[in-house]
Amino acid sequence: MAVQSNLKNMALVLFTVCFVCSALLAGVYAVTAEPIANTNAAILAASINQVLPEGGELSEAQSAEVEGNTYEYYVSTKDGKPFAYAVKSTTVGFGGPLVLMVGITSDGIIYGTSVLSHAETPGLGAKCTTDEAFIGQWMNFNPIEKKLAVKKDGGDVDAITASTITSRAYTLAVENAVKVYKSIKAEEE
Amino acid sequence: MSKLQLFTKGILKENPTFVLLLGMCPTLATTTSAVNGLSMGLATLFVLVLSNMAISAIAPYVPDKVHIPVYIVVIATFVTVLQFVMQAYVPGIYATLGLFIPLIVVNCIVLGRAEAFANKNGILDSALDGLGIGVGFTLSLTVLGIVREILGGGSVFGWKFISGDGMLAFVMAPGAFLCLGYLMVLFNKIAKK
Amino acid sequence: MEYLLIIISAIFVNNILLSQFLGVCPFLGVSNKLSTATGMSGAVCFVITLATLVTYLINKYLLVAFGLEFLQTIAFILVIAALVQMVEIVLKKVSPSLYAALGIFLPLITTNCAVLGVAINVVTKEFTFGLPSHMLSLTEAVVYAFATSVGYGVAMIIFSGIREHLAMNDVPKAFKGVPIALVSAGILALAFMGFSGLVK
Repeated sequence: MAVQSNLKNMALVLFTVCFVCSALLAGVYAVTAEPIANTNAAILAASINQVLPEGGELSEAQSAEVEGNTYEYYVSTKDGKPFAYAVKSTTVGFGGPLVLMVGITSDGIIYGTSVLSHAETPGLGAKCTTDEAFIGQWMNFNPIEKKLAVKKDGGDVDAITASTITSRAYTLAVENAVKVYKSIKAEEE
Repeated sequence: MSKLQLFTKGILKENPTFVLLLGMCPTLATTTSAVNGLSMGLATLFVLVLSNMAISAIAPYVPDKVHIPVYIVVIATFVTVLQFVMQAYVPGIYATLGLFIPLIVVNCIVLGRAEAFANKNGILDSALDGLGIGVGFTLSLTVLGIVREILGGGSVFGWKFISGDGMLAFVMAPGAFLCLGYLMVLFNKIAKK
Repeated sequence: MEYLLIIISAIFVNNILLSQFLGVCPFLGVSNKLSTATGMSGAVCFVITLATLVTYLINKYLLVAFGLEFLQTIAFILVIAALVQMVEIVLKKVSPSLYAALGIFLPLITTNCAVLGVAINVVTKEFTFGLPSHMLSLTEAVVYAFATSVGYGVAMIIFSGIREHLAMNDVPKAFKGVPIALVSAGILALAFMGFSGLVK
């Protein structure tokens, strides 16, 4: 079946195969790079739209530094004035990083939250993406009137059943986003 | 062996999961739900068919001593193509299966078929062989995914028919081992009579 | 402190075999006897640590530096395959006794997904280990790889002990071999789940 091996044909075949494969991949990469970028942009845009009120014009990504951590955020403007902010906030959950997009309107009220990525336990902490009661409470949550902490810690956030650590991480992410919002506000004035 | 047999042997007689015991890592890791199992199976099927065809085409020109590295490069190429395509068009599934898509490269099924079949058979036969083994693998993964989703979440393909939480352990790591173990027992009882 | 967390997390909390399912094929294949399981674990430990070090550097200074990330999978698997061959040759010359202990397992390691899995994870995933989530530095990556492979060894050796006992028991016919091994592995994984949440 196979050819007798000698140094020349081994090197030649290996080189040719590697060359052809790399060239093929470079081609496929070039073709798919744009769809991949579009898909990622669409996912990001969808998560931002989900947490912000409609009707604004979205800015490019901007960054703010609060307490030594850098946060990415997007400003939505209406009639030339900023009227809502979407802040990307990362904390540590039960299983690993928990990344949220938090939408805050210009009067400091949380409009909505969505999970960008998480590593929580399926069926327990992972409910932070599906549990309607948990997600629903963030709609119009006013961090000035209510305390941003789970009820077990004396706050006003209903934790997911049996997933206190995830709920705490989620709450902390929202709290950090509020801090970012405050620092952006302070800078604007 | 007829063309039909080439295709069907992978499903039962040489089922990669239950008989050949190959590709255990993705089998255990990605079958948390029926959809995930099915997607992983189809991803592997894609690589298996293409790499089988490519390897059967180039095998006569590859010197014996370097055949393994050459096959690995060919397989890795198709896996990377699959990665790009999935990232572009099914990002959700790509994110769920994560690491196990690039790991198709070291799935023993793919290299195993290249070594055992594709390098000494024609392109059409190799494609059928890859298709059969791939379908067998997909079926096993889907069945395991269905069982774990029913036990762990009370649903099938996302359609929930038992309210409440189900036995979460079956969606987590231990459930993967237990379910596969018991399914294998069942398979042995039924198929090996 | 961080390194301690990495080590505990990699060995117990996110055990590569029992919670990440990497390298299960050799886990089931060579865990029949304690002696072979120990040999395999040693070889895996050696190769994972070395391969992670090399692939980390290649990724940083070749692939990323020249915008060739799309060759990652191919480059990594080739590097690992070449590395395993080289380790085999060097070991044979330098330390025949170590070669005698690990040698027969080395060829099997190229297709052990634990090696490629850890190498890819280290350069693509963000980790936390008690800090804000971040990409691993070279030292962290090597410590993580080493600890992960120790976790592989721990699970492998415990499991081979269990299997040696299983072999002496009267197991129903349909359960013989791999099925009963899988069920036992499930129970062992259940035990390791007790560590979850210990390190974030």
